[in-house]
Amino acid sequence: MTDQAYNFAYLDEATKRMLRRALLKAVAIPGYQVPFSSREMPMPYGWGTGGVQVTAACLVPEDTLKVIDQGADDTTNAVSIRSFFEKVAGVATTEATAEASVIQTRHRIPETPLHAGQILVFQVPIPEPLRFLEPRETETRVMHALEDYGLMQVRLYEDIARHGEIARAYAYPVKVEGRYVMDPSPIPKFDNPKLNMSPALQLFGAGRECRIYALPPFTRVESLDFEDYPFTPSKAAGQDCAICGASGSYLDEVITDDAGGRMFVCSDTDYCATRVQEASA
Amino acid sequence: MDGLTPGFDHPATDAARAFRMVLDAMAHPGRIVTLDGPVAPAPCSQAACVALLTLADATTPLHLAGAHDCGPLRDWVAFHLGAPLVGPEDATFALGTWDALGPPAAYRQGTPDYSDRSATLIVEVPALSAHGTRLTGPGIETAAHLSVPDPDALRGNAARFPLGLDFLFTSGAQLAALPRTTKLGDG
Repeated sequence: MTDQAYNFAYLDEATKRMLRRALLKAVAIPGYQVPFSSREMPMPYGWGTGGVQVTAACLVPEDTLKVIDQGADDTTNAVSIRSFFEKVAGVATTEATAEASVIQTRHRIPETPLHAGQILVFQVPIPEPLRFLEPRETETRVMHALEDYGLMQVRLYEDIARHGEIARAYAYPVKVEGRYVMDPSPIPKFDNPKLNMSPALQLFGAGRECRIYALPPFTRVESLDFEDYPFTPSKAAGQDCAICGASGSYLDEVITDDAGGRMFVCSDTDYCATRVQEASA
Repeated sequence: MDGLTPGFDHPATDAARAFRMVLDAMAHPGRIVTLDGPVAPAPCSQAACVALLTLADATTPLHLAGAHDCGPLRDWVAFHLGAPLVGPEDATFALGTWDALGPPAAYRQGTPDYSDRSATLIVEVPALSAHGTRLTGPGIETAAHLSVPDPDALRGNAARFPLGLDFLFTSGAQLAALPRTTKLGDG
């Protein structure tokens, strides 16, 4: 039952209309950052206020919501946001990726392949991929308008010159439909291939930075690279999950003692738990 | 104000459900969705009425074109949306038949640095069917088909990407969307 002290999904209707108009333009121009009038939310910036506003604008009472933080359903951020929407929208919640109609995520894409009709909402800290190369918004706007992404290629080249490879492991820039360069939010580059031609709708919300962008289903998303230094989606090399034994999932390194002991486990808790359950059944 | 029709029964949840249908349509160009809900005075279709109630308000200048620029509909807009009525060049949304709306170039196309600042045209069509012009592009796995009014003009609009207009085609309770990214083939 929705808490009657709040409008459905917390935000007022005028705010939701503003968000919805921004979302439609974002879907119409894949990878382009649409400015929106971000609101104060009952959580601090950096805790997913952009994602929460996008989710609030999209939710219907019939939805089943899943919230993950770095792949986990049971961390503070995920639990807080999930209970927030249970309270203010009265929606059902789940931890199973396949059962969710809307998934809000911080910095991961679930291992279980998404299906058509699902909406994946990303929490984004810095939406502008060129921001650390050019601090002025007026300039990065012009760079996007002119499709002037040479600076980004130089940055990747400098990585190769210095480290022998493109050293960026997360928030790895992508090009959408051959036009806009986009920050995929700080997902590990292991997840980048999942952005490409996904049957699900992917929405990105940056609350502090007041930007919304989107990838419609079946949109071409290429990670930037060079012919002689092709993009490689990497993870902890030569390791399997210590709990479920998965070899193909993204792993977290967990320090277990003061003597250098460590283990690698799946970052996606639902994927890992499902595998353990299936193995014991 | 005689005969003013009501808006949503449950504004928050009805608008939420309607938006999800419109979002679904915009994310899958050519997909025809059904928008149930209230009706506005003729000649406004039910789908156009629901779309406007969901998206338009006092912050979105609206252009009523041709037969849609009539007293009852103006009153309905004033009461339910509060949207300022303007000419094509200032409109965020425009409503009318394809012929009445006139050439797409009359509307705001966005600017190179802010390509989202373009109009969305709600085009009333006699019927919508999944036959006709072949559509490809983002949101479409292989190809879709949609009966669109003027493929040549829409091809011209798509060619201006990332500038250009986005379209919602409405007929009765049905709605289909055509964003500027969709490429139109033959037929």
